[in-house]
Amino acid sequence: MKPFLFALRQEPSQRHDLSRLTPDRLVGRTQKEIEAIDIGTTKVDAKVGDLFKVRVGDPQVVHFEGGSERFDLLGAKLLPGFAIHVEGDVGARLGRGAQGGTITIAGDAGAFAASGMTGGQIDIGGDCGDFLGAPMAGEIFGMAGGRVVVGGNVGQRAGDRLRRGLIIIEGDAGADLGARAIAGTIIALGATTGRIGYLNKRASLVLAQGGDFGPTYVDCGAHHFTFARLFSRALAEDSRRASRLLSQKLRRFAGDTGVLGKGEILTPV
Amino acid sequence: MPQLVRKGVRIDDSFAEAFPMSGTGLIITAPNRKWAMIAAHTMTGFATSVIGCGCEAGVDAELSVKETPDGRPGVRVLLFAMSSKDAEKQLVNRLGQCVLTCPGTAVFRALDGEFEIKVGDAVRQFGDKWQISKSLDGRRYWRVPVMDGEFLVESKVGLTKKCVGGGNLLVMGEDWDTTMRATEAGVEAIRGVEGAITPFPGGIVRSGSKVGSQYKGMGASTNDAYCPTLSGLGTSVLDPDIGCVLEIVIDGLTDAAVADAMRAGLKAIIALGPKHGAKRIGAGNYGGKLGPFHYHLKDLLP
Repeated sequence: MKPFLFALRQEPSQRHDLSRLTPDRLVGRTQKEIEAIDIGTTKVDAKVGDLFKVRVGDPQVVHFEGGSERFDLLGAKLLPGFAIHVEGDVGARLGRGAQGGTITIAGDAGAFAASGMTGGQIDIGGDCGDFLGAPMAGEIFGMAGGRVVVGGNVGQRAGDRLRRGLIIIEGDAGADLGARAIAGTIIALGATTGRIGYLNKRASLVLAQGGDFGPTYVDCGAHHFTFARLFSRALAEDSRRASRLLSQKLRRFAGDTGVLGKGEILTPV
Repeated sequence: MPQLVRKGVRIDDSFAEAFPMSGTGLIITAPNRKWAMIAAHTMTGFATSVIGCGCEAGVDAELSVKETPDGRPGVRVLLFAMSSKDAEKQLVNRLGQCVLTCPGTAVFRALDGEFEIKVGDAVRQFGDKWQISKSLDGRRYWRVPVMDGEFLVESKVGLTKKCVGGGNLLVMGEDWDTTMRATEAGVEAIRGVEGAITPFPGGIVRSGSKVGSQYKGMGASTNDAYCPTLSGLGTSVLDPDIGCVLEIVIDGLTDAAVADAMRAGLKAIIALGPKHGAKRIGAGNYGGKLGPFHYHLKDLLP
């Protein structure tokens, strides 16, 4: 059975809320019903049918042919067993609160991608905006499970208040990577700047390019970590470079000792 | 006893009677094979019989670097007990005293059962609050700082109640050397069967037992019917050409694993022939009324 298809007709004239187009919410619906779903966020009516040419198919797998940085909340609250693929860019809050499944974005993603995510996998081929995996206003923790792989660069404060899960950034990371992280793992293969791991409680930040982490991170020597070998093997399919980085001997900087201090920054020797 | 003959080896028309057990297992890895095996042997030491050891345990298989979760050499050990509570208690004790202490080791689950046992969650407190947990693909691991680095241990391992304990082969030969040669060949063959272990020393037991005793309070005593020094007496079931009997006891994760192990053992023992190996093969049972699993030798013959 062919996948469910949403082919973009034209560039959207407003921001759209695509949280209603997750595969689990399309099950059992007819083409007409789907085309009538309102995805607008302004006073101007915006139905699915106005924006997309819809082809009903296997709802387990939903394809978007053409994306836009105005497509917000794509894959929000996605459930295990479902998949979404976007041949293009997406907007803010990609995979917000996703509980499982896989989301693949060929282009770029906006801010707050993977925010509140608790399971599943998000692959972003291009760049990602600020606050990757971070909590929204009023929330006490960010991403709490699952795996995010970004092929390009990420904006500021990626992994802010990360609680659980894994973020791999193959490009450069903006300022304050892993700030206020509670736990979880962040792997950054490009350059990192700003207050890296600022107030990190228990998270592991693995940085391919090292850096200056300030006096609240304490050098604990270089070691072969068994957990890193475990991660190295598990990540081989997602990022070969990350996998290689984790298979090396790593220097451990324990911190941030300004807070709990049970976290760490690991860099290759 | 009615007998079949295969390649000159007499096979009793008998069956092994086995019992349900709770089983669990670990994958132990280390920087090299030597230390993975040391940890496995230490953990499965003094685990020959549930009667006196609380559990029966052994090495199921040696794992290559491609087969282990962390890409290091490893060993899969299995542990069986009469109840899930006993299995948990024995596993956690042995993990804490024999694997946590063993240089270089890490511990992962070997099987997904209907139940889970807290292992990492039980020993993590050795880290005195310096331990860190890591979650990966829905599984949780503890990193416990120790003097050679970190002890990585999975938080929970699987336990299944679908295991079988007490599959057995009685290998009978002319003397100790030929009987041992045949029995060792049987154990070696069983070693290749996944999900089955032979918990006794070297996989072999020489003190096979019967139920009951002439002494009060003893639940089991020597299997006098198979003792060659008593072969002239009325209770013996041994033929005049039998001078030694050795037993292979098999525990398996499944009914099929035990049957496969007995089949492999039988094949290897028979292949040696009666001149250099066993003259007769039997199996131990209690009349078939105690254990629900019956492995008839005639059904397992090559």
